[in-house]
Amino acid sequence: MRVVLAFVAGLVFGLGLLLSGMADPAKVPGFLDLAGAWDPSLAFVMAGAIAVGALAFALARRRTKALLGDPMQLPTATAIDRRLVVGSLVFGAGWGLAGFCPGPALVALGLGAPQAVVFVVAMLAGMGLFELIEARRKG
Amino acid sequence: MTVAWTSFTPWTALAGGLLIGLAAALLVLFNGRIAGISGIVGGLLRPLRGDIAWRAAFVAGLVIAPLAWLAFGALPRLHVAAGTPTLVAAGLLVGIGTRYGSGCTSGHGVCGLSRGSLRSLAATAAFMAAGFVTVFVARHLLGH
Repeated sequence: MRVVLAFVAGLVFGLGLLLSGMADPAKVPGFLDLAGAWDPSLAFVMAGAIAVGALAFALARRRTKALLGDPMQLPTATAIDRRLVVGSLVFGAGWGLAGFCPGPALVALGLGAPQAVVFVVAMLAGMGLFELIEARRKG
Repeated sequence: MTVAWTSFTPWTALAGGLLIGLAAALLVLFNGRIAGISGIVGGLLRPLRGDIAWRAAFVAGLVIAPLAWLAFGALPRLHVAAGTPTLVAAGLLVGIGTRYGSGCTSGHGVCGLSRGSLRSLAATAAFMAAGFVTVFVARHLLGH
C-alpha cells in the first residue's frame, strides 16, 4: 500500500509539474532572469504548492505516525551551516545553467527528451560522487 | 525589470502548484516522508533494506506522468536551450549541490517552506540567488 501511495504521489507531482509548465526548462530561466523579461510563473507554482503543503505539514506535525502506520519522519536538522549554503549555491548554479532541477528533469525524461537523459545521467553521477566522497570522508 | 506577459501563465502555474502541494501532502500524511526529489533519488544510491521500493515507485510515478497526461490533452513541447556540455555540467552541479545542501526545489522550496523551516528558507534563498546570478551572467554578460 505504501508503495502504491508513493507511486500516486509521484504521479500527481509529475502532473503538477506538467500543468504548471515547469517541466519545460525554458520556464525556469524566465523566472531567474530578473534583469530581462521576467516571468513570475514559478512564484505562483510555489505559492500554490505551499498553500496546500502548509496545511498538510500542520496536520503531520501533530502525529507521531503516518496514516499507513510508519513513523512520521520530519526533518530534525535546523543548522544553517556551510554544507547547506554552499551545496545550495552549487545547485542553484546548475539549475540556472540548464533550467532543470531534479523533479522536472525526471518528468522531461518521461517526455522522451534526449537532453533530459544527458542531464539525469550527469545528475546521478553527481549524486554518486557525493556518496563516494562521503563514504571516504567517514572512512 | 519588465514582466514577460506573453509567457506568464498565472492560472496554470497556481493550479499546477496546488497539485504539487497535494502530492507532498499525500506522501507526508500517508507515508510520513518528505516529497524531496533529490533526497528520494539520492536514497536510491545508498540503498537500505525496506527503503527502496517506495522511492523507486515515487520516481516511476514522476517519469510516467507524461503518459497519464495524455488522457487530458497534448503533451507540452520542451524548449531546451542548453547543449550537451552545459547539460553535463549542470547535471553534475545539481547532483552534488542538492546532496550537500540536503534538498532541492521540492524538499527545501516546497516542503521546507511549508513546514516553516528557517534552514530550508536559507537553502531556498541560496539556490535562488545562485540561479539569478548564473542566468544574469549567461544571458546579459556572456550573451547566450
